[in-house]
Amino acid sequence: MSRRIAVEINGRAVEGEVEPRLLLADFIRDNAGLTGTHLGCEHGVCGACTVQLDGHPVRSCLMFAVQAHGHRIATVEGMAPGDSSLHPLQQAFHECHALQCGFCTPGILMTMEAFLREEPDPTSERIRSALAGNLCRCTGYQNIITAVRLAADRLQNKGEAAVEAS
Amino acid sequence: MKITADIIDPVAINGIGTSPLRKEDWPLVRGEGTFVADFKRPGMVHAFVVRSPLAHARFTSIDRTAVLASQGVLDVITAAELPDRGHKIPTRQFADEGSNRFLQRPLADGVVRYSGEPVAVVIADSRYRAEDAAELLDIDYERLEVVLEPDDAVAESAPLLQPDAGTNIAGRLLVEIGALDEAFAQADLVIKETFRIQRHAAVPLETRGLLAEYDTETESLTVWGAAKIPHVNRAILARMLGWSDESRVRMVELHVGGGFGARGEFYPEDFLIPFAAIRTGRPVAWVEDREENLRATNHSREQVHRVEMALKKDGTFLALKDSFINNTGAYVRTHGMTVPGLSVSMLPGPYKWPAYRGEFRSVVTNKTPGGTYRSPGRFEINFVRERLIDIAAHRLGIDTVDIRRRNLIDRASFPHDVGTLYDGHPVIYDSGDYELLLDKALAAFDYEGLKRWRREPATAGMRRGLGIGFFVEKAGPAEREYARVELNDRGDVVVYTGSASVGQGVETILAQVCVSHLGLPYDRVRVVHGDTAVIPEGMGAFGSRATMLGGAAVMRASEQLRKRLLDAAAEELEAAPADLMLTAAGVSVIGAPTRSVSLTNLLSASAGVITEEHRFVCDLLGFPYGIHFAAVEVDPASGAIHIHRYAVAYDIGRCVNPVLVGGQISGGFAQGIGGALLEEFSFDASGQPLSASFMDYLMPTSEEVPDVELLITEDAPSPLNPLGVKGAGEGGTAAVGAAIANAVSDALGTEVTRLPLSPQRVVELVGA
Repeated sequence: MSRRIAVEINGRAVEGEVEPRLLLADFIRDNAGLTGTHLGCEHGVCGACTVQLDGHPVRSCLMFAVQAHGHRIATVEGMAPGDSSLHPLQQAFHECHALQCGFCTPGILMTMEAFLREEPDPTSERIRSALAGNLCRCTGYQNIITAVRLAADRLQNKGEAAVEAS
Repeated sequence: MKITADIIDPVAINGIGTSPLRKEDWPLVRGEGTFVADFKRPGMVHAFVVRSPLAHARFTSIDRTAVLASQGVLDVITAAELPDRGHKIPTRQFADEGSNRFLQRPLADGVVRYSGEPVAVVIADSRYRAEDAAELLDIDYERLEVVLEPDDAVAESAPLLQPDAGTNIAGRLLVEIGALDEAFAQADLVIKETFRIQRHAAVPLETRGLLAEYDTETESLTVWGAAKIPHVNRAILARMLGWSDESRVRMVELHVGGGFGARGEFYPEDFLIPFAAIRTGRPVAWVEDREENLRATNHSREQVHRVEMALKKDGTFLALKDSFINNTGAYVRTHGMTVPGLSVSMLPGPYKWPAYRGEFRSVVTNKTPGGTYRSPGRFEINFVRERLIDIAAHRLGIDTVDIRRRNLIDRASFPHDVGTLYDGHPVIYDSGDYELLLDKALAAFDYEGLKRWRREPATAGMRRGLGIGFFVEKAGPAEREYARVELNDRGDVVVYTGSASVGQGVETILAQVCVSHLGLPYDRVRVVHGDTAVIPEGMGAFGSRATMLGGAAVMRASEQLRKRLLDAAAEELEAAPADLMLTAAGVSVIGAPTRSVSLTNLLSASAGVITEEHRFVCDLLGFPYGIHFAAVEVDPASGAIHIHRYAVAYDIGRCVNPVLVGGQISGGFAQGIGGALLEEFSFDASGQPLSASFMDYLMPTSEEVPDVELLITEDAPSPLNPLGVKGAGEGGTAAVGAAIANAVSDALGTEVTRLPLSPQRVVELVGA
């Protein structure tokens, strides 16, 4: 009783024969082989599995793969413009020590990338509130807020879109 | 031990004291990390652990038939399938013969003692199918009476978890220092109080997981997903498998999604998954889900303290007496005795006590077994002691800072022998200047300004309070660490360490230590850890030890390597080693760069590579110390606590990387906020966990964790290691419960005696 689905992940067409109950997160990780999307709770609270569906952040543990049929998915692997460069948000996380173990980081990056498109110039308080749906057990969030603010500054000065590897 | 000065300018090469960008980050921000669930092997199959749905029950049969007949199922393992029905998992620290009666076997055999206890393992070709099939396992559970609360566990009529033991008390310890009765006889004031700390836990964001593969040809086993203490766990696993040669087991650490005490201890699954791989001949993967994680991975912190404190009316401390019960859960795990052992040995804190009597009973109950969580045993006792001191100050009408200052251990009396023991080692505070830190912190955080804020009228019914928590932490247990530093003729350096990564930045820190003593730039250094095939020994990462012991070992090996190179070059160049400089190209005479010899030449006799190794040994612990300051506004109507300001002053001896130390403290603080305000494992009367999801177990989000102000000082370097470092991993957590509870007590004018300060509890306090 499996179903055929076709999605676009990070600009690449991905097809699969899946059981209806297969989680989108498992499809992304196991079928598409993109393991940057992590599962932290599988009940929609921690946000580690956040990906973007047609540009909007969603919890891939709360969707079935079949529901994503025909949609466009973005994951953390698609953020950096190239092998030797980082997206400004990724670079800001690196520079501001906004990650320790890094397990929650992909979900936070996907949430914040969408947030900065909606709100390119947020206050720290707005960032704090937008971040509240993602759990991080290591950092205490302070440096993440600083990093998002730094990335917002850089993204507004478009000249610095991608930062070359140091 | 003399602290050795750095020979190299640290700024130029990103050495000690600087904050270079982390070596760990690049793959992690790109989604290219390899956590255990990301790692796959050809032919891999999946394990699902079937867990007890009941907190205490007897069973006589497990019917596997229907499960074995299910689609995709390869095997079902119960206690009957294990050699000798499974060997007990040993304790790792604080060995106690009495507690050995309460050790856990990998699978329950006839009795389950907590909801979540492993009963069977189903192996199938997918995790989905393994879970489907597990539903068909038929077990004839017959309920037994449960015991859940620490006081109930010691009652005469209590149901016994191990009837053969005749008691639920798994371990006890009594410490007596000084003349207690005389001290109490001289007291002007005796405070007597009961304090309770709730059960909560480390809860790293990555759940546990393992992948094990057995090679029948070489009869060897590889286990990926090792963490914290790979070499120690290798030895335990080999012993439990009955293998005398532990080198047949290779443990490999992948990326680790946070540890905080819980991950990396030897759990039932750490035997079961490798065993399943041997039995099935297939690589077996297991990844815990969150519901399992909250029921099966170590809980911590549940203690009830009954304390008495004797004082003179001028506020001088005379004696402290504590009798506490530690709820270790259904079994004594690897660290079952560590937590209460640390509590009893470190309750005295930074103060002079002419007499101290500390005693604990650690009891088994029908809850998840316990272990360590960041600042284990200390988060609890800092709350107890610092609350008690504030209660005394309130009764005597003395300022809460003044009463502490009056009783601090004098700067002239270090090293200070507390008189207690940590796992057999004397607790001797290695160095300190507690009053200096107090003065610096009061000034840095503008305590006078905070006091003015406290007196100003708050808005609409809110009540303001200030609280402080003074604490001593400990760092660096397990007496030795290994390092090997390798340099090739292209100028690349590889550091092999017996320390492990739990996400804290150990690669960055050890690279900084290496370059400070070798003299080559940071970007030439790669750090290898957590693979028993390439690192002969190691004690891992726990108890704030990686920088202290791992760092000292890397420092020594780096020094040795530099000396060997410069001595060889000195001979070649006919110059004194002190006149030489090392670069990635080679060695040259300072001021005469043409007089040089290349690394290629220098290393030609040793096939282009030279290596030095060092085993650093240190029998004693380092004791960093600090102070937390909390300024809160409490809403008596809703019970909400708003943190106006929070500040941490911490003397860590020496700071290798200020940014990473700041990250350790703010992250530790967030966990402390969870413990002080939010996190609690609750159970119903039958022992069913009521907090087995993140909707019920409340982890702090960005909305609950305010920014924390920091003051890091280096006024008391540790004399125990040549770097002078003490470890910085746990001080951010240690006194959050203490400082917040003191601030809330101040705000409400009521004495807080239990955590967490949930809105409901705050409202109850207001009504009391």
